[in-house]
Amino acid sequence: MTEQAAVASGFLAIGLSHYLTVGAILFTLGIFGIFLNRKNLIVIMMSIELMLLSVSVNLVAFSSFLGDLVGQLFTMLLLTVAAAEAAIGLAIVVVFYRNRRSIEVEDINQLKG
Amino acid sequence: MGAGSMIVASLAFYLFSIMAVVGALNVIFQRNPVHSVLWLIFTFFNAAALFVLLGAEFVAMILVVVYVGAVAVLFLFVVMMLDINVVVLREGFLKYLPIGALTGIILLVELAVVYGGWTMAPQAKALRVVPTPDPGQVTNTEALGRVMYTDYAYLFQVSGLILLVAMIGAIVLTLRRRPGVRKQKISDQVHRDSKDTVTLVQVQSGKGLS
Repeated sequence: MTEQAAVASGFLAIGLSHYLTVGAILFTLGIFGIFLNRKNLIVIMMSIELMLLSVSVNLVAFSSFLGDLVGQLFTMLLLTVAAAEAAIGLAIVVVFYRNRRSIEVEDINQLKG
Repeated sequence: MGAGSMIVASLAFYLFSIMAVVGALNVIFQRNPVHSVLWLIFTFFNAAALFVLLGAEFVAMILVVVYVGAVAVLFLFVVMMLDINVVVLREGFLKYLPIGALTGIILLVELAVVYGGWTMAPQAKALRVVPTPDPGQVTNTEALGRVMYTDYAYLFQVSGLILLVAMIGAIVLTLRRRPGVRKQKISDQVHRDSKDTVTLVQVQSGKGLS
């Protein structure tokens, strides 16, 4: 096999590392989004959802490439927890907006006393 | 798997993963939160397609149902319910760009180092808890169900409990009783007693009530 063909086969044969790379990029974008949107609580929650999604990608990729079904099972539990987190988080955002008429992170300082 | 179908699968992987990353970028950089939610839905769809490529069909469909059908719609409702000023929310965007980019790059490099040095253990195949059955014999959904309702029944129950707690928590947090709002209170109506409200008066003729 020539070197060019080896590179081409490495590009085309999708392995575990390809999926892990996608997961890593999605996770980094989630962190990045938290840093960028410091004012908007809802976009921060969406970034957290992105990070949870990247974790699911990792779990399913490992499950598929190792041939272990438990990874997919954990992904479903993860989806449950993510849904619960989104529901409670959004409820807190709604209550906070009712009290302060804003969803800026800098306004969340009432617990400082 | 033939060479042709392998190339198709590889191209599908690159298509869906690039679209997922583009969707995630748009979630972060969109000016309008409603557009962010729509791009989030796009990202979830592409991640579900990646799951299908990995052979996890059931999880992919659950991802679409739960995330797109429930969580994203919840986000959409909340974004539309809150009257937020988009311009004010964008302030400080450029201020945090350098530190955010620096953190992201450091994290990406760390993950690259971890994944670059990672190799599968030689006995990894023997250590599998639940080996995936042959997809030609047992479908993915059936295999998952056989594991989930037997060995992992407690985890299944606990996840149901988590959802119950989340539901009660969300209701308790957002339910409010505003004073001064006229509403029908059925329990008050049912508990109204004739003894408390009706009095019989003997009126003498020509005198009237005074």
